[in-house]
Amino acid sequence: MTVTAAFFYLFATITVASGFMVIASRNPVQSVLFLILAFVNAAGLFLMMGAEFLAMILVIVYVGAVAVLFLFVVMMLDVDFAALRQGFLHYLPVGGLIGVIFLLELILVVGAYAIDPGLVRAPSVPIPAADVMTNTEALGQVLYTRYFYFFQAAGLILLVAMIGAIILTLRERVGVRRQDISKQNARTQDTAVEVRKVPFRQGI
Amino acid sequence: MVIGLGHYLTVAAVLFTLGVFGIFINRKNVIVILMSIELILLAVNINMVAFSTHLNDIVGQVFAMLILTVAAAEAAIGLAILVVFFRNRGSIAVEDVNMMRG
Repeated sequence: MTVTAAFFYLFATITVASGFMVIASRNPVQSVLFLILAFVNAAGLFLMMGAEFLAMILVIVYVGAVAVLFLFVVMMLDVDFAALRQGFLHYLPVGGLIGVIFLLELILVVGAYAIDPGLVRAPSVPIPAADVMTNTEALGQVLYTRYFYFFQAAGLILLVAMIGAIILTLRERVGVRRQDISKQNARTQDTAVEVRKVPFRQGI
Repeated sequence: MVIGLGHYLTVAAVLFTLGVFGIFINRKNVIVILMSIELILLAVNINMVAFSTHLNDIVGQVFAMLILTVAAAEAAIGLAILVVFFRNRGSIAVEDVNMMRG
Protein backbone atom coordinates (compact mmCIF):
# COMPACT_ATOMS: atom_id res chain seq x y z
CA MET A 1 0.00 0.00 0.00
CA THR A 2 2.89 2.36 0.70
CA VAL A 3 4.25 1.65 -2.78
CA THR A 4 0.86 2.61 -4.25
CA ALA A 5 0.83 5.80 -2.22
CA ALA A 6 4.39 6.61 -3.24
CA PHE A 7 3.58 6.15 -6.92
CA PHE A 8 0.40 8.19 -6.56
CA TYR A 9 2.27 11.08 -4.98
CA LEU A 10 5.03 10.81 -7.58
CA PHE A 11 2.60 10.97 -10.51
CA ALA A 12 0.38 13.59 -8.89
CA THR A 13 3.28 15.87 -7.97
CA ILE A 14 4.83 15.72 -11.43
CA THR A 15 1.44 16.25 -13.09
CA VAL A 16 0.64 19.32 -11.02
CA ALA A 17 4.17 20.73 -11.25
CA SER A 18 4.33 20.35 -15.02
CA GLY A 19 0.80 21.75 -15.30
CA PHE A 20 2.08 24.81 -13.47
CA MET A 21 5.10 25.03 -15.74
CA VAL A 22 2.79 24.91 -18.80
CA ILE A 23 1.25 28.22 -17.83
CA ALA A 24 4.35 29.77 -16.24
CA SER A 25 7.04 28.86 -18.76
CA ARG A 26 8.56 31.67 -20.81
CA ASN A 27 9.09 29.62 -23.93
CA PRO A 28 5.98 28.09 -25.55
CA VAL A 29 8.04 25.14 -26.80
CA GLN A 30 8.87 24.36 -23.18
CA SER A 31 5.19 24.79 -22.35
CA VAL A 32 4.28 22.12 -24.90
CA LEU A 33 6.96 19.79 -23.56
CA PHE A 34 5.67 20.26 -20.01
CA LEU A 35 2.15 19.59 -21.33
CA ILE A 36 3.44 16.27 -22.68
CA LEU A 37 4.98 15.49 -19.28
CA ALA A 38 1.68 16.31 -17.57
CA PHE A 39 -0.22 14.01 -19.91
CA VAL A 40 2.21 11.12 -19.47
CA ASN A 41 1.97 11.38 -15.69
CA ALA A 42 -1.82 11.65 -15.86
CA ALA A 43 -1.68 8.41 -17.86
CA GLY A 44 0.23 6.97 -14.89
CA LEU A 45 -2.60 8.08 -12.61
CA PHE A 46 -5.11 6.42 -14.95
CA LEU A 47 -3.08 3.21 -14.78
CA MET A 48 -3.19 3.32 -10.99
CA MET A 49 -6.96 3.75 -11.07
CA GLY A 50 -7.28 0.70 -13.31
CA ALA A 51 -8.23 2.38 -16.57
CA GLU A 52 -5.43 0.90 -18.63
CA PHE A 53 -6.99 1.48 -22.04
CA LEU A 54 -7.63 5.16 -21.37
CA ALA A 55 -4.08 5.55 -20.09
CA MET A 56 -2.66 4.19 -23.34
CA ILE A 57 -5.12 6.25 -25.39
CA LEU A 58 -4.05 9.34 -23.48
CA VAL A 59 -0.42 8.70 -24.36
CA ILE A 60 -1.17 7.91 -28.00
CA VAL A 61 -3.74 10.61 -28.72
CA TYR A 62 -2.41 13.43 -26.60
CA VAL A 63 1.32 12.92 -26.67
CA GLY A 64 1.36 11.46 -30.16
CA ALA A 65 -1.09 13.73 -31.89
CA VAL A 66 -2.31 16.78 -30.01
CA ALA A 67 0.93 17.80 -28.33
CA VAL A 68 2.91 17.28 -31.53
CA LEU A 69 0.32 19.42 -33.33
CA PHE A 70 0.86 22.13 -30.73
CA LEU A 71 4.63 21.83 -31.12
CA PHE A 72 4.28 22.04 -34.88
CA VAL A 73 2.16 25.20 -34.73
CA VAL A 74 4.40 26.84 -32.11
CA MET A 75 7.47 26.25 -34.25
CA MET A 76 5.73 27.24 -37.49
CA LEU A 77 4.44 30.60 -36.32
CA ASP A 78 7.08 33.29 -36.35
CA VAL A 79 5.91 35.17 -33.27
CA ASP A 80 7.84 37.25 -30.79
CA PHE A 81 6.72 35.33 -27.73
CA ALA A 82 8.53 37.66 -25.36
CA ALA A 83 6.28 40.52 -26.44
CA LEU A 84 3.24 38.35 -25.78
CA ARG A 85 4.27 38.06 -22.15
CA GLN A 86 3.95 41.78 -21.52
CA GLY A 87 1.28 42.32 -18.91
CA PHE A 88 1.99 38.94 -17.34
CA LEU A 89 2.50 40.60 -13.96
CA HIS A 90 -0.36 42.95 -14.64
CA TYR A 91 -2.87 40.10 -14.70
CA LEU A 92 -1.14 38.15 -11.94
CA PRO A 93 -2.96 39.64 -8.88
CA VAL A 94 -6.48 39.29 -10.28
CA GLY A 95 -5.77 35.89 -11.81
CA GLY A 96 -4.06 34.71 -8.64
CA LEU A 97 -6.96 35.87 -6.49
CA ILE A 98 -9.52 34.13 -8.66
CA GLY A 99 -7.35 31.01 -8.85
CA VAL A 100 -6.89 30.81 -5.08
CA ILE A 101 -10.61 31.34 -4.41
CA PHE A 102 -11.46 28.74 -7.02
CA LEU A 103 -8.99 26.21 -5.62
CA LEU A 104 -10.18 26.75 -2.05
CA GLU A 105 -13.78 26.22 -3.06
CA LEU A 106 -12.94 23.08 -5.02
CA ILE A 107 -10.84 21.66 -2.16
CA LEU A 108 -13.66 22.43 0.26
CA VAL A 109 -16.08 20.55 -1.95
CA VAL A 110 -13.69 17.63 -2.38
CA GLY A 111 -12.78 17.53 1.31
CA ALA A 112 -16.32 17.75 2.63
CA TYR A 113 -18.17 15.69 0.06
CA ALA A 114 -20.15 12.64 1.00
CA ILE A 115 -22.10 10.60 -1.47
CA ASP A 116 -25.68 10.15 -0.33
CA PRO A 117 -26.21 6.38 -0.11
CA GLY A 118 -29.74 6.87 -1.43
CA LEU A 119 -28.35 8.35 -4.63
CA VAL A 120 -25.90 5.56 -5.31
CA ARG A 121 -27.66 3.13 -7.58
CA ALA A 122 -26.32 -0.12 -8.84
CA PRO A 123 -23.80 0.59 -11.61
CA SER A 124 -25.38 0.45 -15.04
CA VAL A 125 -22.44 -1.51 -16.41
CA PRO A 126 -20.22 -2.84 -13.61
CA ILE A 127 -16.51 -3.17 -14.22
CA PRO A 128 -15.65 -6.87 -14.43
CA ALA A 129 -12.85 -8.23 -12.30
CA ALA A 130 -9.40 -8.10 -13.86
CA ASP A 131 -9.06 -11.89 -14.07
CA VAL A 132 -12.38 -12.20 -15.92
CA MET A 133 -11.90 -9.56 -18.57
CA THR A 134 -9.30 -6.93 -19.36
CA ASN A 135 -10.19 -3.28 -19.18
CA THR A 136 -9.92 -2.91 -22.95
CA GLU A 137 -12.30 -5.80 -23.60
CA ALA A 138 -14.81 -4.54 -21.06
CA LEU A 139 -14.74 -1.05 -22.60
CA GLY A 140 -15.18 -2.46 -26.08
CA GLN A 141 -18.13 -4.58 -25.04
CA VAL A 142 -19.90 -1.48 -23.77
CA LEU A 143 -18.75 1.00 -26.40
CA TYR A 144 -19.67 -1.07 -29.43
CA THR A 145 -23.07 -2.14 -28.18
CA ARG A 146 -24.77 0.18 -25.74
CA TYR A 147 -22.98 3.34 -26.74
CA PHE A 148 -22.60 2.60 -30.41
CA TYR A 149 -24.37 5.80 -31.49
CA PHE A 150 -22.09 7.82 -29.23
CA PHE A 151 -19.13 6.08 -30.81
CA GLN A 152 -20.37 6.99 -34.29
CA ALA A 153 -21.05 10.56 -33.18
CA ALA A 154 -17.46 10.77 -31.95
CA GLY A 155 -16.26 9.59 -35.34
CA LEU A 156 -18.45 12.19 -37.02
CA ILE A 157 -17.01 14.91 -34.79
CA LEU A 158 -13.49 13.88 -35.76
CA LEU A 159 -14.46 13.87 -39.45
CA VAL A 160 -15.96 17.36 -39.21
CA ALA A 161 -12.89 18.59 -37.32
CA MET A 162 -10.59 17.13 -39.96
CA ILE A 163 -12.53 18.67 -42.84
CA GLY A 164 -12.77 21.98 -40.99
CA ALA A 165 -9.05 22.11 -40.27
CA ILE A 166 -8.20 21.30 -43.89
CA ILE A 167 -10.64 23.85 -45.32
CA LEU A 168 -9.49 26.55 -42.92
CA THR A 169 -5.82 26.20 -43.70
CA LEU A 170 -6.01 25.38 -47.40
CA ARG A 171 -5.19 28.34 -49.58
CA GLU A 172 -4.87 28.89 -53.30
CA ARG A 173 -1.62 30.66 -53.94
CA VAL A 174 -1.60 32.87 -56.99
CA GLY A 175 1.32 32.65 -59.36
CA VAL A 176 2.15 29.06 -58.57
CA ARG A 177 2.46 26.66 -61.50
CA ARG A 178 0.31 23.66 -60.78
CA GLN A 179 0.06 20.36 -62.54
CA ASP A 180 -3.20 20.02 -64.47
CA ILE A 181 -3.49 16.39 -65.43
CA SER A 182 -6.53 16.72 -67.67
CA LYS A 183 -4.79 19.49 -69.56
CA GLN A 184 -1.73 17.30 -69.96
CA ASN A 185 -3.79 14.38 -71.19
CA ALA A 186 -5.66 16.58 -73.66
CA ARG A 187 -2.45 17.44 -75.50
CA THR A 188 -2.05 15.75 -78.85
CA GLN A 189 0.85 15.70 -81.19
CA ASP A 190 -0.78 18.44 -83.27
CA THR A 191 -0.97 20.91 -80.41
CA ALA A 192 2.35 19.99 -78.86
CA VAL A 193 4.72 19.80 -81.78
CA GLU A 194 5.07 22.39 -84.47
CA VAL A 195 6.93 21.46 -87.62
CA ARG A 196 8.51 24.40 -89.34
CA LYS A 197 10.39 24.62 -92.51
CA VAL A 198 13.72 26.22 -91.77
CA PRO A 199 15.34 27.98 -94.69
CA PHE A 200 18.97 27.07 -95.26
CA ARG A 201 21.50 29.37 -93.50
CA GLN A 202 18.82 31.74 -92.17
CA GLY A 203 17.41 30.15 -89.06
CA ILE A 204 13.99 30.85 -87.71
CA MET B 1 -2.17 4.88 3.66
CA VAL B 2 -5.05 4.27 1.29
CA ILE B 3 -5.27 6.37 -1.86
CA GLY B 4 -8.97 6.99 -2.27
CA LEU B 5 -11.30 8.98 -4.44
CA GLY B 6 -10.54 12.22 -2.63
CA HIS B 7 -6.87 12.13 -3.56
CA TYR B 8 -7.62 11.88 -7.28
CA LEU B 9 -10.31 14.55 -7.04
CA THR B 10 -7.83 16.87 -5.36
CA VAL B 11 -5.29 16.38 -8.16
CA ALA B 12 -8.03 17.07 -10.70
CA ALA B 13 -9.15 20.18 -8.82
CA VAL B 14 -5.60 21.54 -8.72
CA LEU B 15 -5.13 20.87 -12.43
CA PHE B 16 -8.45 22.52 -13.25
CA THR B 17 -7.50 25.57 -11.23
CA LEU B 18 -4.14 25.74 -12.98
CA GLY B 19 -5.95 25.72 -16.32
CA VAL B 20 -8.29 28.55 -15.33
CA PHE B 21 -5.38 30.47 -13.80
CA GLY B 22 -3.40 30.01 -17.01
CA ILE B 23 -6.22 31.54 -19.05
CA PHE B 24 -6.24 34.52 -16.70
CA ILE B 25 -2.53 35.29 -16.62
CA ASN B 26 -1.69 34.53 -20.25
CA ARG B 27 -4.17 36.99 -21.65
CA LYS B 28 -2.15 37.59 -24.82
CA ASN B 29 -0.83 34.24 -25.94
CA VAL B 30 -3.54 32.19 -27.63
CA ILE B 31 -1.39 29.05 -27.78
CA VAL B 32 -0.98 28.96 -24.00
CA ILE B 33 -4.73 29.56 -23.63
CA LEU B 34 -5.39 26.51 -25.83
CA MET B 35 -2.95 24.49 -23.73
CA SER B 36 -4.78 25.65 -20.57
CA ILE B 37 -8.02 24.36 -22.07
CA GLU B 38 -6.30 21.02 -22.63
CA LEU B 39 -5.27 21.00 -18.96
CA ILE B 40 -8.88 21.69 -17.92
CA LEU B 41 -10.14 18.83 -20.08
CA LEU B 42 -7.47 16.54 -18.61
CA ALA B 43 -8.71 17.43 -15.11
CA VAL B 44 -12.27 16.61 -16.18
CA ASN B 45 -11.07 13.28 -17.52
CA ILE B 46 -9.30 12.44 -14.27
CA ASN B 47 -12.55 13.17 -12.44
CA MET B 48 -14.53 10.96 -14.81
CA VAL B 49 -12.16 8.02 -14.47
CA ALA B 50 -11.86 8.43 -10.69
CA PHE B 51 -15.62 8.31 -10.22
CA SER B 52 -15.91 5.47 -12.73
CA THR B 53 -13.48 3.25 -10.87
CA HIS B 54 -14.73 4.32 -7.46
CA LEU B 55 -18.38 3.57 -8.26
CA ASN B 56 -17.39 0.44 -10.23
CA ASP B 57 -19.20 1.62 -13.36
CA ILE B 58 -17.42 1.49 -16.69
CA VAL B 59 -19.69 4.04 -18.40
CA GLY B 60 -17.60 6.84 -16.94
CA GLN B 61 -14.60 5.56 -18.90
CA VAL B 62 -16.68 5.47 -22.10
CA PHE B 63 -17.56 9.11 -21.61
CA ALA B 64 -13.97 9.98 -20.72
CA MET B 65 -13.06 8.59 -24.13
CA LEU B 66 -15.68 10.80 -25.79
CA ILE B 67 -14.26 13.82 -23.92
CA LEU B 68 -10.84 12.86 -25.27
CA THR B 69 -12.26 12.82 -28.81
CA VAL B 70 -13.85 16.23 -28.42
CA ALA B 71 -10.63 17.61 -26.92
CA ALA B 72 -8.61 16.37 -29.89
CA ALA B 73 -11.11 17.86 -32.37
CA GLU B 74 -11.12 21.14 -30.45
CA ALA B 75 -7.32 21.33 -30.50
CA ALA B 76 -7.21 20.67 -34.25
CA ILE B 77 -9.84 23.29 -35.08
CA GLY B 78 -8.39 25.82 -32.64
CA LEU B 79 -4.89 25.50 -34.03
CA ALA B 80 -6.21 25.72 -37.60
CA ILE B 81 -8.03 28.95 -36.75
CA LEU B 82 -4.85 30.20 -35.09
CA VAL B 83 -2.77 29.48 -38.20
CA VAL B 84 -5.30 31.25 -40.45
CA PHE B 85 -5.44 34.20 -38.08
CA PHE B 86 -1.67 34.46 -37.99
CA ARG B 87 -1.57 34.36 -41.78
CA ASN B 88 -4.02 37.27 -42.01
CA ARG B 89 -2.79 39.48 -39.18
CA GLY B 90 0.79 38.43 -38.54
CA SER B 91 0.14 38.19 -34.83
CA ILE B 92 -1.52 35.85 -32.35
CA ALA B 93 -2.11 38.37 -29.57
CA VAL B 94 -5.60 38.22 -28.18
CA GLU B 95 -6.16 41.97 -28.33
CA ASP B 96 -5.58 41.91 -32.10
CA VAL B 97 -8.68 39.75 -32.49
CA ASN B 98 -10.95 42.70 -33.04
CA MET B 99 -11.87 42.54 -36.70
CA MET B 100 -15.47 41.77 -35.87
CA ARG B 101 -15.60 44.58 -33.28
CA GLY B 102 -16.78 42.18 -30.65
